[in-house]
Amino acid sequence: MNLGKQVGSDFVDEVIVAQDLTRRFGDFIAVDHVSFSVLEGEVVGYLGPNGSGKTTTIRMLLGLLLPSAGQARVLGFDVVKEAEPLRARVGYMSQKFALYQELTVRENLAFYAGVYGVREKDRIDQVLEQIGLREQAKERISALSVGWRQRAALGTAIVHRPRLLFLDEPTSGVDPTARRSFWDMIYELVAGGVTVLVTTHYMDEAEYCGRIGIMRDGKLLAMDTPSALKQSALPGLAWDVFAQPVLEALRAFEDCPCVLRAGLSGDHLRAITPADVDADTLRSRLNDYGIHDIVINRVEPSLEDVFLALAVRDHEPVTIAKNREGD
Amino acid sequence: MIQVDHLHRCFKAVRAVDDLSLHVGAGEIYGLVGPDGAGKTTTLRLLCGALRPDSGKIEISGYDIIRQTELARAQIGYLPQRFSLYDDLTVLENIRFFAEVRGLSGQDWLPRCMEILAFVGMEMFKDRRAGQLSGGMKQKLGLAAALVHRPKVLLLDEPTTGVDPVTRQDFWQLIIRLAAEEGVALLISTPYMDEAARCNRVGFMQHGRILTEDTPEALRKQLEGRILELQGEPLPLLRSIARREQDVEDAQMFGDRIHLRVKIGKTTPVIERLSAQIPSQGGKIIRLAPVSPQLEDLFIALLEPRQ
Repeated sequence: MNLGKQVGSDFVDEVIVAQDLTRRFGDFIAVDHVSFSVLEGEVVGYLGPNGSGKTTTIRMLLGLLLPSAGQARVLGFDVVKEAEPLRARVGYMSQKFALYQELTVRENLAFYAGVYGVREKDRIDQVLEQIGLREQAKERISALSVGWRQRAALGTAIVHRPRLLFLDEPTSGVDPTARRSFWDMIYELVAGGVTVLVTTHYMDEAEYCGRIGIMRDGKLLAMDTPSALKQSALPGLAWDVFAQPVLEALRAFEDCPCVLRAGLSGDHLRAITPADVDADTLRSRLNDYGIHDIVINRVEPSLEDVFLALAVRDHEPVTIAKNREGD
Repeated sequence: MIQVDHLHRCFKAVRAVDDLSLHVGAGEIYGLVGPDGAGKTTTLRLLCGALRPDSGKIEISGYDIIRQTELARAQIGYLPQRFSLYDDLTVLENIRFFAEVRGLSGQDWLPRCMEILAFVGMEMFKDRRAGQLSGGMKQKLGLAAALVHRPKVLLLDEPTTGVDPVTRQDFWQLIIRLAAEEGVALLISTPYMDEAARCNRVGFMQHGRILTEDTPEALRKQLEGRILELQGEPLPLLRSIARREQDVEDAQMFGDRIHLRVKIGKTTPVIERLSAQIPSQGGKIIRLAPVSPQLEDLFIALLEPRQ
């Protein structure tokens, strides 16, 4: 398993190679010259707001949608000319699980095994073991909790032993415990040589990925490890600012050249500033607004800071005053 | 503003809410977190008067929800997980409907509706049909509908599930403003720890009970020094060594790193032993050091089945 791109060697296959992948719908460019590659055994996240082009990219990589320009090879297959053998070798788990509610877990797995032509008798038992649902094999899907349904959906996506797994917001709406046990299963699959591409708009989920690509308006803005993104993709420094009244402090920062972005975060402000701004600069700005009871801490940027810095259009403050119809 | 004492509610043999007490003051945001089935939604439904408790007391702005139901309800705005809008009505018509249900009179409704639409940033979409709104916009319209009668207490049940991060950020700016500017008391259930971190206080709920509650900062301090970050390679080897270590309670992969939770007071010995064991078994450590605990770490620690 190699979860960072630098770990790659000559022996590691490129499982996904996309070059200038582009898709237009009329005048609208849904995916705009996207290039990236994913190595065998990687877990790569694809993060972006709704409508940023994540799903369109996945559909092209699955050979379901023709690119308007550019090309992609997945598991060595050309997504345009060899879509069928490609789809037989990948697994896809959608956020709207394709499970039959009135069938049991075992029956759902048997159905997908049939679709993929899997003939080994004990394969379904293996999958039940892998997804930890042996005890629930005879339960109908409709009787299961969301967390268990997610596992069952994973089971149907891996029954044919795909070498590449696409996950579309796999743990949306579940609590951290269920998310962890789901990801433990994903890492077990990865340890067995599976490569994973996850689309998500949850930071909690993105944290599990070895590399993360951030999309906006059809463009892939950055792709790197979470640690590297936090270090390099943010255009400056992150600060927690405790000052009362907090809304007055927000106003002080909103039109200030020393602050790139300021937002409310519970009882304090999170501010992103250019790299040459220090705490004293922020303090004197607040003093100008008559605010004197101030605590300012430099903090590690979060993935959300990085995401908001990249995924929100330049100079567009995330406040209520403006409205984005983009989602 | 919200005062709950010794609340109980059973569904047949299941104690959905079991001796729950909490209070939320004016201008405070209280986050209720917990796994599926912990009783969060039942608690919110009891608080808004949709369900009757078996026993216990609920006061909203000083009104008893059972004996003074109408007075108490007039103080409450409630945004359920699945709420209904009329898809064929426009945004403004939807808000008007809720305003009239809430008893706003003929002259008052329009200015208030426009005010609340401006607050959620939707005034330019007032003539759009609700059925044509994006998920995030529907959520904001739901919030506007819950706020139209100027409630002093707002109950939100997983308000941002399925909403993208940019819209979530917008939504939270609205919520924090309601607390800070208008002194609304907010009770929010959420499965997301990054959202819980934005609340003034957080209660961890399981089996109908609140296990612990405090400010996010104080909650994180409960695990201070006990979360280690381990980076190196190969990660599977590092993880299996860490999982065999007797003083490590949990070892979780996060992409290019592993987080370990160590037993109380064992941080230094764990670092020493792993620093020796990993190289001797052919692994390489790039970084092994304590990191600040996150709410998610506490959630896992609290809710893990005891072994």
